[in-house]
Amino acid sequence: MIPLYWFLVLSAILFSLGLFAVITRRNTIAILMGIELMLNAANINLLSFWRYLHASRGDMDGLIFALIVFVVAAAEVAVGLGLIVSAYRKRRTVVANELDLLKG
Amino acid sequence: MTGMQIVFLINAAVTVIAGVMMVTVKRLMHAAMWLILTLFGVAVVFGLLEASFFAIVQVVVYIGAIAILLVFAIMLTRDAVDDSFLQNHRWVLTALIGAIALSGLLLAIFTWPQSALFTAPLADAQRDVGEMGLALLDPQGYLIPFEISSILLLAALIGAVHVGISRREVER
Amino acid sequence: MSFFADPITFISNWLNSLLSNWGIPPGWAQFMLFILGAGALSLGAMVFTIFLIWLERKLGGRFQDRIGPNRVGPWGIFQTIADMLKIFTKEYITPWGSDPVLFNLAPVLAMAAVLAVWAVIPLSSTVYGSNIHIGVLYILAVGALGELGVILAGFASNNKYALLGGFRVVAMLISYEVPMALTLLVPVMLTGSMGLNDITSAQSVWFIWQAPVAALVFFIASIAENSRAPFDLIEADSEIVAGFNIEYSGLKFGMFYVADFLHAFTAALIFASVFLGGWRGPGAELYPALGFLYLLIKTAIVYFITISIRFSLPRLRVDQVMAFNWKYLTPLALVSLLVTALVDKSLPAGQGWLRLGGLLLANLVIFVAADRLVSIYRKRKKQERRVVSGPRPIAVTLREKPAEPVEVES
Repeated sequence: MIPLYWFLVLSAILFSLGLFAVITRRNTIAILMGIELMLNAANINLLSFWRYLHASRGDMDGLIFALIVFVVAAAEVAVGLGLIVSAYRKRRTVVANELDLLKG
Repeated sequence: MTGMQIVFLINAAVTVIAGVMMVTVKRLMHAAMWLILTLFGVAVVFGLLEASFFAIVQVVVYIGAIAILLVFAIMLTRDAVDDSFLQNHRWVLTALIGAIALSGLLLAIFTWPQSALFTAPLADAQRDVGEMGLALLDPQGYLIPFEISSILLLAALIGAVHVGISRREVER
Repeated sequence: MSFFADPITFISNWLNSLLSNWGIPPGWAQFMLFILGAGALSLGAMVFTIFLIWLERKLGGRFQDRIGPNRVGPWGIFQTIADMLKIFTKEYITPWGSDPVLFNLAPVLAMAAVLAVWAVIPLSSTVYGSNIHIGVLYILAVGALGELGVILAGFASNNKYALLGGFRVVAMLISYEVPMALTLLVPVMLTGSMGLNDITSAQSVWFIWQAPVAALVFFIASIAENSRAPFDLIEADSEIVAGFNIEYSGLKFGMFYVADFLHAFTAALIFASVFLGGWRGPGAELYPALGFLYLLIKTAIVYFITISIRFSLPRLRVDQVMAFNWKYLTPLALVSLLVTALVDKSLPAGQGWLRLGGLLLANLVIFVAADRLVSIYRKRKKQERRVVSGPRPIAVTLREKPAEPVEVES
C-alpha cells in the first residue's frame, strides 16, 4: 500500500511547477495553464487526505471540497479565456507585460 | 514493492516529466499537449486513491472541456510569439523561488506532528457516488456550497458571454 | 454443451488453467488474460469494421436506387479489402509547416477514443471488459478524447480549411454532448446506478418504453456526436472540401475513416445496451451466447435506422445545427429529466403496469407539449417576415405598377 506522503510529495512538486509557470511565462494563456496545474495539485492533496484519514468514517468533506475546486477551476478558465481573447482582439497581444493600460 | 506502488511511481514520473515539459517548452501548442498528459496523470492518481468518480470527471471536465478551450484560445491568438522561460531574464530568481516553495512544502509535510499516520494501514473506504449525491442535497450536508457553486457557474457563463461578444453582434 | 452456451468464459477458464499449470502465479495469469482479452476485443471490433463499411456502401447504394459495389467477390464482399490494400500502399504526406507530432497523434486519438468505449459495454451476461460502476460517465469521457483528436487534426495540418472545419466540428461535438449527457442520466435515474451492467440488468421492461423522449433525444445527439448526416458538416464537399481530413493520406486517413464507421456502430451498441435492454431476451441468462446474439440483432436494427437516416435527409447548416441543439434538444432533455424524476418518485415502486403507464403518459405529454410549442413558434416566425429588398425595376414605364416588395423568411 502506498504511504500517504508519496501523494503529498507529488502534489508539492506539481504545485511548485505550476508556480514556476505562472511567474515565468510571458504568455497569458501559459499563465492560465500554470494556474490549472496548481489547482490540480491542490485536488490531489485534498483527495489523498480524504482517502487516508476520512474515508473510513464516511465523511464527505474532502470529496465535496474537491468537487467545488473542479467547479471553480472550470468557471475561472472560461471567464479568463474570454477575457484573454477579447483583450487580444483589442490590443493584438497576449503577452502579460504588454497589457498595461491601467499601469500608473 | 507492491504492484500498486510500481504503478504509482511510473505514473508520478510521467506526470512530473510532463509538468516540467509543459513549463519549459517553447511552442504553446506543445505546452497544451503536455498539460493534457499531466492532467491524465492526475486522473490516474485519483484512480489510485479509489476516487474513481473524480478520475472520470477529471477527464471529462479538464481534458474534455478546459484543455479543448485552451487549445481553441491558442488557435485564436495565433499572432502571439511563442515564449520560452529563458526569455524571462529573471528566470534563475524564479526557479529559486519555486525551489524555496517546494522545500517549504516538503518541510511542512515531513514535520507534520501526526506523521506516524503516513504508513498506517488503510481502512476500507465507503465509496458510493450515490451517497455523495445525497450529501450534496442535504440541508445539514453540503447544500449551500452546491447552490453557491451553481450560482458561480451561472455568473461565469453570463460573464464569459458578455466579455466575449463582439460589438458588431450587439449593435445588430 | 457449456462451450456453446458460453464460449468466451469457457475459453478463458481453459486458458487460466493452462497458465497456472505452467506454474505462473494467478495474479500474473489474470493480468495476461486481461491483456489478451483487450487485444481480442479491439481486433474483433476493427475487423468487424470491414464488414460494416461494405454494409453501408451496399445499403447506401440500394437507398439511392443503385446496386453498390458488386465487382470484387460475390455481392462485392471483398470491396473493402481492396480499398484497404489501396490505402495501405498510399504515400504518407506530411504537409510542409505542419506540426509532425500533433499531425500523427490525431488519428491515433480518434481511433483510441472509439475503441475504448468497447471496454465497458456488456456483450452478454458474463462477457464484459470491465464492470466499473461509473460506466456511463466513462463513455462521455472517452468521447471527449475523440474530440481532442479532431481539433488536433484541424490545427496540425497547416491549412485554413482544415482549421475552419476543425473549429466547426468541435463546436458541434461539444454542444451535442450536453443533451447526450442529460438523456443518459434518465436510465441512470431509473436504475439507481451508473454501471452499464446494472443498467442492462435492470431492464425487465426496456427503457425505450419507459423513457421514449429521452431515447429519441439520445439517438439524435449520438448521430450528431458521430458527425454523420444530417450533421455531417465536415464532409460537405461543396463547402469545406474534406474538413479536418484534407491533409491526411494513406493509412492515417484510413484511421479516421475506420473510426467514423466504428463510432456509428459503437453508438448503436450503446443505444441498444442502455435503451433496448442490451443482451436481455428470452433465455439469455442461461445461454450467454444467445445474449450476445440478441445484442447484435438490436444493434443491427439501430444501425440500419442510422444508415437510412443518413441517406434520406439533407444536410443541415452549421447555424441550424447549433439552433437545433440549444433551442430544441437541450430544453427537451432537461424537461424529460425533470418529468421522469417527478413521475418516478411519485409512483409506487415496483415494476407494475401502473408505473409503466405513468411514465409513458408523462412522455406523451412532454412530446405533445413540445410539438405544440414548436408549431406556435414557427407560426410566429412566419408572421415576422423581414423585407429584404424593395422594388428594383430595371425598366419601368410610367404606366406600369411597381413590383411588390420581396419578402423573405428571416
